[in-house]
Amino acid sequence: MAIEIKAPPYRVFNIAPAIKPGAMENSKTFLANDKIQAGLGFPGQEVEDWHDRAIGKMGELLGKYRSLKVYMDACVHCGACSDKCHYFLGTGDPKNMPVARQDLMRSVYRRYFTLPGKIFPKLVGARDLTRDVLNEWYNYFHQCSECRRCSVFCPYGIDTAEITMAAREILDAAGYGQKYSNEIIGKVHVIGNNLGLPKAALIDTLEGLEEDVKEDTGLDIRFPLDVKGAEVLLITPSADFFAEPHIDSLIGYGKVFHSAGISWTLSSMASEAGNFGIFIGNYEQMRKVALRIRQAALELGVKRIVVGECGHAWRVAYSFWNTLIGVGDGANDPYAIELQKQLDHRYKQPMHICELTWDLAERKIITFDKEANDKHIITFHDSCNVARGSGMGDMYGGQFEIPRNIVKAVANHFHEMPDGTTHEQTFCCGGGGGLLTDDLLDIRVKGSLPRMEALQHVVDAHGVNFMACICAICKSQFTKVLPYYGFDRRLIGGVHQLVSNAIKLGDK
Amino acid sequence: MTMTIMFAVLFYFAAGLFAVGLIYRITSYARIPAPLKIPTTPAPRTRFGVVMLMAREVFLFQSLFKASLWTWLFSAMFHAGLALVLLRHIRYFVNPVWAWVEFIQPFGIYAGFLMVAGLLGLWARRVLVDRVRYISTPSDHLMLALLIGIGVSGLIMKFITHTDIVAIKSFFMGLMSFSINPLPTDAMIYTHLSLIALLLIIFPFSKLLHAPGLFFSPSRNQVENSRDIRHISPWAAKLESGK
Ligand code: HEM
Ligand code: HEM
Ligand code: SF4
Ligand code: SF4
Repeated sequence: MAIEIKAPPYRVFNIAPAIKPGAMENSKTFLANDKIQAGLGFPGQEVEDWHDRAIGKMGELLGKYRSLKVYMDACVHCGACSDKCHYFLGTGDPKNMPVARQDLMRSVYRRYFTLPGKIFPKLVGARDLTRDVLNEWYNYFHQCSECRRCSVFCPYGIDTAEITMAAREILDAAGYGQKYSNEIIGKVHVIGNNLGLPKAALIDTLEGLEEDVKEDTGLDIRFPLDVKGAEVLLITPSADFFAEPHIDSLIGYGKVFHSAGISWTLSSMASEAGNFGIFIGNYEQMRKVALRIRQAALELGVKRIVVGECGHAWRVAYSFWNTLIGVGDGANDPYAIELQKQLDHRYKQPMHICELTWDLAERKIITFDKEANDKHIITFHDSCNVARGSGMGDMYGGQFEIPRNIVKAVANHFHEMPDGTTHEQTFCCGGGGGLLTDDLLDIRVKGSLPRMEALQHVVDAHGVNFMACICAICKSQFTKVLPYYGFDRRLIGGVHQLVSNAIKLGDK
Repeated sequence: MTMTIMFAVLFYFAAGLFAVGLIYRITSYARIPAPLKIPTTPAPRTRFGVVMLMAREVFLFQSLFKASLWTWLFSAMFHAGLALVLLRHIRYFVNPVWAWVEFIQPFGIYAGFLMVAGLLGLWARRVLVDRVRYISTPSDHLMLALLIGIGVSGLIMKFITHTDIVAIKSFFMGLMSFSINPLPTDAMIYTHLSLIALLLIIFPFSKLLHAPGLFFSPSRNQVENSRDIRHISPWAAKLESGK
C-alpha cells in the first residue's frame, strides 16, 4: 500500500462532485488463484480462449436473464442515475456512475450482439473485448456493492447490480475470479460457513457464550446446536459467533427465544446465513450454498426457519429461497412440497428475526425496560439489501417500519438521518457486495462518504452515539471505516444488541 | 412521380422493418425467463398494484421525478408533446377522421413546440452537465438531432411553407390499400418524411427500445410475493430434477 488511505472531505453542498476521470482506475481487488477457482469449478487465470469464453458466457446469460437483456437495450443515457451511487459521490470517478458502469458491458454487448454495433461501432460506443477491457471490468465491477440504489431512480428500473453480477459471472468464466468472494464460497462448500469455523470450534464458542451470558444475567440462556425437533432453525451470519459488535445481537436473539419460550437451534451444517453466490451472480453457486439450509431443515425437522441480522442473506432468503430451495409457501412441485409440508405456515417462511421479535413484542409476550438503553441516542441505518431487495411483514415497506418499531420499543432516544439517505433511498455502508476486504479499503472508505455525511448531521443535531442496523457486513464495514471519519468505531451496533440490553428476562 | 415511388418504397420498407423488428424484440423479451424475483422493493404486493405502478411510470415518469427535476421536466415536455403530435397525426391515416382526433387538433399544434423545446432542454443537459456529457455517445446526440429535425420540419410546414395535406393524406391512404397516389413536390415534406422513415428503421435497433423495455423490466413489473408463491424458471427447474 503505497498511498495512504484517507477519508474524502465532506461535500460543502449536497450535490454531485465534478467528474475526475481515472480517479479509481487502479483499484484492483486480489485475483483468485487457480486453486480457489477450481474449488468452484471455474477456470484458472491463464486460460487461452478467455475471449471466446467471455463472449460465450455473455450470450448464455443474455438468454437466461431477461433483466440483463432488457437492461442492455433499454438505457437511454438520460443520466438520472449518474449521481446516485455512493462510489461515484465518494470518488468522482465517472466510471463509478451507474450508467457508465453498465456501459463498460453495454459497449461490448453492442459490438457482439447488435447490428449497429457490428456495423458502426464508433457511432454507438461499441468496442471489442480486449484484455484491457476485461481488466477495466474487473476493477470497476468490483467497485459496485450491488446495492440497487441506482435502480430506484432509473425510469426503467435498470438495476446495475444485475449487470455487475453478470459481469462477475463472465469474469469468473474467463478465469478472472475475485479472491475474497470465491475463497469464502469455497469455505462454505467445504466447512459450512464463511469463516471456516468447524463444528468443534462452534460448540466451544457457543458454550463460552452461554457462560458469559450466565455471568451477566444469572440465567441459563441456551445457544443450542443441532437439536432435532426444535421449533425454530436460526440461520445467522457466522460473524455473529464471535465478531464485535455482531455477537451482542446473537445474545439478543438468544434472550428473545428464551424469554418467549420458543425452542430453537443453530445448525453446524448450515452455520451461515451469508450467501456470497449472489455477489458473483452465479445461480448454481447460490443454490448450492442455500441447499445446506434445506438439508439442515429437513434433517432437524424444524417447523420454522428464522434468519438473523444480515442484509444480503435476508435478500437471498426472502426473495430467492423459495425459488432456490423451496423455503416458503405456495409450491406445487414435489421438490418444494417435501419441505413445505414440514413447515408451519401459520408463520411466514422464512421469517426475519426482527419480524419474530416485533410480533412477540406486539403481543406483549416479551417486554422491555426502555431505560436500559438511555445511554444510547440512536439512529437507524437501512441496509441496502433489506431496503431494496426484500421485505418484512405483510405491509408495503415493512422492512423500514419493523426494525424502527423495535428500536423505538426498546429505547427512548431515536432520530432519523436526513431524507434521501434512508428507507428506499438509503446509502450503502460502502462495503457490501463482496467488497468487504482489506485490499479494497480505499474504495470502501470513500464509498461510505454519503452515509458518514448523513450520520454527521444527526450527530451534530442530536448527539447521536449509536447507529443501529441489521446487517453483518454493515457492522464490519462501519467498525472499520468510522475511525477514518473521526467517529468511535463502537458507534455501530445491531438492533438486537439494543433488544438484548432492554428485554425483561426472569420468570414470567 | 419518381419521388412518389421512392417514398412509397421507402415507407413500405421502413414500416415493415419497424414492425418485424419490434415484434422480434418484444417476443424475445417475453421468451427470455426472469429466473429470480428481483423487484426493487418496496414493491406492490398484487398484480393490480404493479399495473398502477407501471401507469405511474409511463404517464408520470415517477422514478425520473425522484431522480432529477430538470430531466423530468424536459422529458415530460418532449414525451407529452410527442404523444399529442402523434395523436394529431392520426388524421392522415383514417377517413373519416375520428371525433376525438378532431378535438385535439388545436392542442396538437402547440404540442409541436412543446416537443421541440423539451428536446432542446434535454440536449442542453447532455452538453452542459459534465456527467451526462461523459456518458453520451454520438448516437445519443444524433437521436436528438433527428427528432428535432422531424419536429422543426413539421412546424415549418405548419406555420411557414404550408403543404398540401390533402394530397399527403391521399398518398398515405393509398399506401395502406396498396395503390400509389402522387406526393406533393415540396422540400419540407421530403425532409419530414425521410427523417421519419429513418426513425422507423432505427427504432428496433436503438435505445428507443426503452419504450417496450420498460414493460419487461423485472425490477418494475414483478409482484413482491416471493415468500407466498414459488417462482421458478424452466432452466432452473431442470437443476432440481437433474440432482
Ligand atoms: C411507453 C412509452 C415511453 C415512455 C414511458 C418513455 C419514457 C422515457 C423516459 C423516462 C426517458 C428518460 C428521460 C429523458 O432523457 O428524456 C425517455 C427518453 C427518451 N425517449 Fe422516451 N418514452 C416512451 C416512448 C418514446 C418514443 C415513442 C420515442 C421516440 C420516438 C421516445 C424517444 C425518447 C428519446 C429520444 C429519449 C432520450 C432523450 C435524451 O437524449 O435525453 N420515447 N423516454
Ligand atoms: C408518416 C408519418 C407522418 C406524416 C405523413 C406526417 C406529416 C406531417 C404534415 C403533413 C405536417 C404538417 C401539418 C400541417 O401543415 O398542418 C406535419 C407536422 C408535424 N409533424 Fe409530422 N408526419 C408524420 C410523422 C411524424 C412523426 C413520427 C413526428 C414526431 C416524431 C412528427 C412530428 C410533426 C410535428 C411536430 C409537426 C408540426 C406540428 C403539427 O402540425 O402537429 N410527424 N407532419
Ligand atoms: S448498485 Fe449501488 S454500488 Fe452498484 S452502481 Fe448502483 S448505486 Fe452504485
Ligand atoms: S437512469 Fe436508467 S436509463 Fe437513465 S442513464 Fe441511468 S440506467 Fe440509463
